[in-house]
This record gives sequence, C-alpha cells and structure tokens, in this order.
Amino acid sequence: MLLEIKDLRVKAEGKEILKGLSLSVGMGQVHAIMGPNGSGKSTLARALSGHPGYEVTSGDVRYDGQDLLAMAPEERACAGVFMAFQYPVEIPGVNNSYFLKAALNAKRKSKGQPELDAVEFMQLIKQRAKLLEMDQAMLSRSVNEGFSGGEKKRNEIFQMAVLEPRLAILDETDSGLDIDAMKIVANGVNALRAKDRAMVVVTHYQRLLNYIVPDVVHVLTDGRIVRTGGKELALELEEKGYGWLESAPAGARA
Amino acid sequence: MSMPAVAERQSAYAAAFDAFRREPAFGPEWLRLAREEALQRFLGRGFPTTRDEEWRFTNVAPIAETSFGRAASAAPDRRAIEPFLFSGMGAQVVLVNGRVSTALSSLDALPKGVRIEQLADVAPDVRLLLTMDGQPDAFGDLNRAFLEDAVAISVAPGVVVDAPVHVAAIAVADDRAQMIFPRVIVRVGEGAQATLVESYGSLGDSETLTSPVVSVVVGPNAVLHHVKLQRESAKAFHVARLDARLSRAGTFHTTAITLGGRIVRNDITASLEGEGGECTLNGLYVADGETLTDTHTTIDHAKAHCPSHEVYKGILGGRAKAIFNGKIIVRQDAQKTNAKQTNKALLLSDDAQINTKPQLEIFADDVKCTHGAAIGQLDEDAMFYMRARGISEADARNLMIHAFAAEVLDGVKVDVVRDRALRLMEEKLKLVPSA
Repeated sequence: MLLEIKDLRVKAEGKEILKGLSLSVGMGQVHAIMGPNGSGKSTLARALSGHPGYEVTSGDVRYDGQDLLAMAPEERACAGVFMAFQYPVEIPGVNNSYFLKAALNAKRKSKGQPELDAVEFMQLIKQRAKLLEMDQAMLSRSVNEGFSGGEKKRNEIFQMAVLEPRLAILDETDSGLDIDAMKIVANGVNALRAKDRAMVVVTHYQRLLNYIVPDVVHVLTDGRIVRTGGKELALELEEKGYGWLESAPAGARA
Repeated sequence: MSMPAVAERQSAYAAAFDAFRREPAFGPEWLRLAREEALQRFLGRGFPTTRDEEWRFTNVAPIAETSFGRAASAAPDRRAIEPFLFSGMGAQVVLVNGRVSTALSSLDALPKGVRIEQLADVAPDVRLLLTMDGQPDAFGDLNRAFLEDAVAISVAPGVVVDAPVHVAAIAVADDRAQMIFPRVIVRVGEGAQATLVESYGSLGDSETLTSPVVSVVVGPNAVLHHVKLQRESAKAFHVARLDARLSRAGTFHTTAITLGGRIVRNDITASLEGEGGECTLNGLYVADGETLTDTHTTIDHAKAHCPSHEVYKGILGGRAKAIFNGKIIVRQDAQKTNAKQTNKALLLSDDAQINTKPQLEIFADDVKCTHGAAIGQLDEDAMFYMRARGISEADARNLMIHAFAAEVLDGVKVDVVRDRALRLMEEKLKLVPSA
C-alpha cells in the first residue's frame, strides 16, 4: 500500500472533523472520496498535506511505510506527496516559473539529484504547459495572481505535472470550473495516471468522475468512511444523493 | 530633560559656531549672514519635540541630549571606503565628514555637460539656493549654520547623461559625538536627463548626527532619476531633507533605501510647479533592533495634469518602530491631478510597529487621489502553499521577503546600486542571497 490511514482523528478550530477515518490506497490506483458538505473531505486532504490549521489528535498515516504525520509539509512534498489546493493561494511578486523551479529543485535536492539548469527547466515546463493548454504568459506572472478560478485550478494540475508526485491529492479541483475547464483539468489528470502514481480525488460531485474514472469510490460522512465501492457507487450517489447512506453501518472500510 | 540642560547644550552649539566663525571653512561672505540667522533661529526654538505635529511619533530627545561637536577632518584610505563606492559611475564625489575629499573623489572625467562645483566656487544662482531656500526646520538650520562644504551638480540643457553621478557621504568614527551636514544641489537643465546616486555610510561606529539637505531642481522637460542608499552604523542618527522642484513636464523619480541607524528621518518634498510634471517617490526601509525610521513625504500638486506615484515599503523586525506620513496637497489650479500613494509594512516580529498616515489636502475638484496602507506579517497561507510544494520554511520566507521588496527595488534603474541594496538587505535580514 502506498497510503495507509488508520483511525485518523483530526480537529480544526477546536472541533473534531475526522472521527476515526481509515483508508488504504494502493500504488497505481485512483480513489475518489465523495461526501456531503462538512463531511471532512477537505480536512482529510489538508491534514495529509500537513496544513498547520489541522490538528491530528490520534491515528496513524503511513506513506510508503513512513510516518507521514511526523513529516513537515515540505518533507511530505519532497517525498512525493502533492495536494492540488481547493483554493490556490495568490503570491504577489513571486514569479510562477521561479516558484516552480524552486519547488522542483528542492525536491531534486532532497533526492540527491542535481538541480535542473535554466534550459532543462524551461524545456520541461514548456512541454507540461502544453498538456494543460496553459498560456505561456501565465508562467511569467506572479503565482496565481489575477488568475481566474479555472486558471488557478489548471495551474495546480500543471504544477503536479511538473513535480511528478507519487501520491496526488486533488481537493475539489472541479469546484468552480465550467465544463470546458473541467475537461482540460481532467485530461491533464488522466495523462498523469501511471503505474507508479496514486491519486486521491476529493469531490462533491459525480460529474468529475465521468472524466476521471476512479478505481475505488469512498463515501465520507461525518468524519468516517461509510461506504466503499467501485466506480458505479458514484453513479448511485448521483442518483440517490447522500441521505440514504447516513444511517448505513460504518463497516465498509477498505 | 531640564531647561538648564537644554540651555547648556544650545550654548554648546553657540560656542561651536563661534569657533567655526574664525575658520576659513566658515566660508564666503555671502553665506555668513544666512549662517548667523540659521543659528539664531535654531537657538531660539531648539530641537523639535513630540508636541510638534510633524514630530509627533518621533522623539528626537536622544539627539537633543547628545553633545555633538563639529566633525573633525579625516582622511581614510581608499581601500577603506571602497565598499561605499560603485563601479560604472560617471563621477563620484566623496564627502568625508561633510567635506569633499579631492583625493577620494573621481571628478577628472566628468560626463559631457555635467559641472560639479564646491562651496567655494558655486555660481550665483546656487548661492541663492544655499541661503534662501524654503523654511528650514531645526535640522535644516543646523545644516545651514554648520555646513562645511557643498556639492552643486549642474546638467546642461539638452544633455542626456547615461552614467550616474554618485555623491557618497562617509562618516568616520571618532571618540566624540560628531555632527555632519552634507549639502547637495542638483540642477537638471531643460530637456536634460541625469541620474544621481546619493549614499551614506559609516566607517566604524560612533555616535554621529548626519543631517543632509539636498535640493533638486528639475527643468522643463528634464528627467532626474535619483536613488538614496542610507546604510550608516547602528549608532548613527540621520535626519535628512530633500526638496525637489519640477518645472513643466519635468520628471523626478526617487527611491530612498534606508538600511541603518538608530533614528532615521527622511523629509522628502516634491513640488510639481509646472503642468505635466510627474514624480515618483518610492522607498524601502529595513530596520530591526531598537530603531526608529520615519519618513515624511509631501507631494505638492501646484499645477494641472501632473501624475504622482508613491510606494513605500517597510520590513521591520526586533523592536523597530517606523512612521510613514504621506502628505499630498492638490492646489486649486491642479485639476486633472492623478495621485496614487501606497504604504505597506511587513512586520517580522511581534514587537515591531508602524504608524502610517496618508494626509490629503485637496483644493481642486477634478482630481483622482488614491491611497492605501497594508500592514501585516508574512502571509501564512502563502507560506503553507510554498511548503506544500516542497520549499523549506526558510526559503519560503526568503522568497516572500524578496518579493515584497522587489516592487520598490525593481524601480531602481542603476543596477549596481539595486544589487548592492539587495545584498545589504539580505545581510541585515539574514536571508539567503537571491539567484
């Protein structure tokens, strides 16, 4: 297993959000996590990335055998964990490609690889920008500054394409996207599916899963996984809503 | 401070002035009366206190309580002052303790159309500036009473000077507290373009009061790009005045970079006296420890169709305190004024503080004036975002501070000065040098 979460409890602003969540993701798989608003989907994504606003009170998370919770956010990133933010942050004055180069080289350095020089780096990002149909001009702008919602999300997947994580967590990457933008993002994500990469796609809507077809679907309500199934579970949810699961036994842990 | 102590200190200034009067440096006949008047005004009113509106947040008692004497002549060797000089300058005038050092200055190959004079040989119209200009405050009066020399730079009409002129004022440490009064006058003739670099540094650290007065006259359709780099020792007091007057369609772009000193005050005034003039007043101040950095700017829109831009940024750590007061006057004739002012401060510690105040006095009705202030710590969301991409906390902080300063530093068109300022900022904040 690439990711093994056992009985994870997480508090945000003093309130317990995840109440004993367990989940396993195998290498090469795409897992979708669905659930109603406030169920803890984004909390899970942020806790896995090491966001300081989320306090893990108990439980265990193994990433490739390592204790993920003991690692600083940057150590997690360098070890291959990537979270596409639900709300990407604007950083005025920090150039997008400079930022990406710093991130990429930090990761390479942690692996003992030499830093990419400017030419190699430009070649890489130009190629990846094409994948996301990114305008080259976006690369020389400040990180996310003045980007539309769609551009920001596309930029997240573009960063993922450059940083090539082993575990990608997509936190509601589809929210706020029109259908065209969503297709571009989904195409990018699909292009990045690989045997040596796992993805956790957090989403409220089934719509995205028409384009990114998951291997496993989990339903999260009130801080726990209440149901796990195949891709058809997503369709069932689309049809019936989440209500019918609320009373279901929490025995469907993967 | 008790009244007798004040009286005693002021009589010390009177005594120092008496001694100065007998020296050749006291200068030409035309200056004597102005000096005497300035001293009398100073003795009459003394240093400002926090009861004076313009000095409300800046307590200069540490200056008033120090017995400064006239700075001694000093002759540091070239190697010692090398770190304060720049390559690629068209001319460098080195002032040591307020006196032009011919040995250390490079004035032999002046760019065509540039003339540089000293106090003894200034032209009659420069004399007027030295004796009559403005309504000096206490520090301006002390400057006039005690100035040891002056540097007058003139750029002939129509001449475009590529290489900057650098005036470097260096304070050489002494076992006494010393006062130093640089005086610089820059006149850019009609249609001419020039760049002036003004810098202040300390050799050794002893108590000094450096109180320069700089007068800038930008002729019609002329351009002056100006940078001030202030990097004196932690014991230095620096109280400076810069007055710029712009004629029709003149352009004045200044960046004040403040990196050192116990109390640093900059009073900067730009008067837009002709239609179509444009001024940019930018600044970056970086302070830590128990220091006080005060910037008072005034942009006086006297005539119509003048844009003005102002961006001041502060990076404050330790127990540093800063004041920014940005006055914009739009007079009745100044229709179609477009004035924009921004002041931002980055507080790197809980004990750092800033008082910021825009002060708009608008008497015309068809104008656009905007101002904004933003004070804050490093953006935590941005910090996390970078860390979540693998960038270490130290590198993320580093990137953010560089980005914050870049808006001001990028406006400095003299590469060697911008790079030096950046390095000094990095050293002061213990940042990793940028690539």
